[in-house]
Amino acid sequence: MFRSTILCCGGTGCHSNNSGEIIKEFKAQIAQKGLDKDVEVVETGCHGLCAVGPIVIVYPEGAFYSNVKVEDVSEIVDEHIIKGRLVQRLLFKDQSKSEAVKALSDTNFYKKQTRVALRNCGVINPENIDEYIAYDGYQALIKVLTTMKPEDVVKVLLDSGLRGRGGAGFPTGKKWQFAMMQPKGQKYVCCNADEGDPGAFMDRSVLEGDPHAVLEAMAIAGYTIGSNQGYIYVRAEYPIAVERCKIAIAQAKEYGLLGKNILGTGFDFDIDIRLGAGAFVCGEETALMTSIEGKRGEPHPRPPFPAVKGLFGKPTILNNVETYANIPQIILKGAEWFASMGTEKSKGTKVFALGGKITNTGLVEIPMGTTLRTVIEDIGGGIPNGKKFKAAQTGGPSGGCIPAEHLDIPIDYDNLISIGSMMGSGGMIVMDEDNCMVDIAKFFLEFTVDESCGKCTPCRIGTRRLLEYLDKITRGQATMQDLDDMEKLCYYIKDNALCGLGQTAPNPVLSTLRYFRDEYEAHIKEKRCPAGVCKHLLRYEITDACKGCSLCARKCPVNAISGEIKQKFNIDQDKCIKCGVCISNCKFGAIVKK
Amino acid sequence: MKSIDDIKAIRDKMQSEIILRDNTSGNDETRIVVGMATCGISAGARPVFNTLVEEVATRQLKNVKVTRSGCLGMCKLEPIVEVFVPGQEKVTYVHVDSEKAKQIVANHIVNGNICTEYLITNE
Repeated sequence: MFRSTILCCGGTGCHSNNSGEIIKEFKAQIAQKGLDKDVEVVETGCHGLCAVGPIVIVYPEGAFYSNVKVEDVSEIVDEHIIKGRLVQRLLFKDQSKSEAVKALSDTNFYKKQTRVALRNCGVINPENIDEYIAYDGYQALIKVLTTMKPEDVVKVLLDSGLRGRGGAGFPTGKKWQFAMMQPKGQKYVCCNADEGDPGAFMDRSVLEGDPHAVLEAMAIAGYTIGSNQGYIYVRAEYPIAVERCKIAIAQAKEYGLLGKNILGTGFDFDIDIRLGAGAFVCGEETALMTSIEGKRGEPHPRPPFPAVKGLFGKPTILNNVETYANIPQIILKGAEWFASMGTEKSKGTKVFALGGKITNTGLVEIPMGTTLRTVIEDIGGGIPNGKKFKAAQTGGPSGGCIPAEHLDIPIDYDNLISIGSMMGSGGMIVMDEDNCMVDIAKFFLEFTVDESCGKCTPCRIGTRRLLEYLDKITRGQATMQDLDDMEKLCYYIKDNALCGLGQTAPNPVLSTLRYFRDEYEAHIKEKRCPAGVCKHLLRYEITDACKGCSLCARKCPVNAISGEIKQKFNIDQDKCIKCGVCISNCKFGAIVKK
Repeated sequence: MKSIDDIKAIRDKMQSEIILRDNTSGNDETRIVVGMATCGISAGARPVFNTLVEEVATRQLKNVKVTRSGCLGMCKLEPIVEVFVPGQEKVTYVHVDSEKAKQIVANHIVNGNICTEYLITNE
């Protein structure tokens, strides 16, 4: 019987901050002190507060240690485990409170969250199926196999109001219903874990922290539509997620929860993993299935929809990781429970990956209908360094920006579309006054130009032309005519591209144009970047505060600064590459960016 | 291959092992605190602590946490166990051993009767 449990985060965020070594060190020290019968060390999935990782939680106290280093392990073992005194120095400090916070559940970051898809992440050991079972794992599958008909499962999902968490928000129950109604024969269940949006890592965290939830939901899907084979399509850049999925599948097979004659009920279902090479377009459903078939990942027109003619030409359902992670609990707790959360047309919760200019970078799960203000100010801890909020970008390269005037809008599928953004898979990048919106649009366009598969002309050539317009604007060479032409091109691409990638690629441009047209115009008319980001429109100048110390001239990498000691120095604008080294070195604040 | 009953058995067995990770640290939880400084440990607090953990787990008591504290300053009375039931005054037991620990869980935590014979006596 363990009297204490040490949970160490083994998610990718903490892992890259050396949590693997910390876990090893804990195990070694616990064993060395002869406590390995009393104290359990568990590697978990992501807790969400990646900004302060590596994270260590010690139960039964629930003490929440942040930014733990390997050197800190002995102090935690000696002080906390042996003597029972919390290590105050390492306890997480909430921005809003002056003193250290003892437990995770006491932080503002966690208080306003509702964890459904992430309920087991950071709580269980993802490599131990028994721990998943302890938290009612596979009970939903048992319930479905022993007491429900496929029609009943579809009805529960329809009543729950669950919509696809991959971004488009198609009702999951309907998707399953279409596939169920297809004639009997070979059908497939696919899981989309090809998370490609820059800055999004919800699906990775679920697969790393709670892989069995996805397996269980896929088996339920197999039973519902009459399929005996599932595929998880996951990108090879997620090595930890892939490894944990493999372990989970092996354990589920050993227990007879996957494979032939599951739990003696006569139902067969197997799951295989297919690795993607990281092409963004393979997150699009038709391209993803083409890739699973072993061909080049290119999309094709719909209809026929996958539910009719999908993988290998057979009826197929394809759901996102987060969608699946919700399903076992909907089955167990009922449609009413799920439908009681959220707004009229968007039920349940949504996971967002918070990134950019925000204090608590990490993963948050909120009920639909929570305002953006709550997410950014309360959960996210606000903008660091006292800067002003400018916009939040949701939906990645397919989405758009939400400006400060819409901070109080309740987040759901339809509201986000009405203000020109979209839910997307859940990346949320926060921007402050130092971000140039033209530059942001350019960043996303560079991404789509790189990732366009090249099959259709509007996307392959259109996005490139679009990027050229943006480049011209940031160089101060564009005219107002260019701005109009660029806007027209956006609508042309939207209407004519083959798949979702191209159809949504102009969204970052259109939404920044909608809310920040003045910034575009400042670049064009005044040849000025209001946020001071676009290098070609910047000038570095030395003011009269210069004492002539020559430090900047010595630090300048291109020798663009010259002058006499104790007199004002000058910057040669032709040589200057606007790197900013002079500003950060000047002791007198005598260099300004214009 | 496991049967449905096997899976349920695994769940029941594992639930007692993960009970420590109960995240509901609300105000309605009962805390059993054992003095685990040098004085307490040398007087035999460790077996007392382990007994308490096992008793709470085997009885599947929800909302009861067994934790440690440092020295209370009454080293001659160790091992000391303090029980905090929400809405009631704390109760301090002294000279506790494994047998007394079992009685404390059975009588005080489960049935709500304070074990008066283990309290501090005014000599």
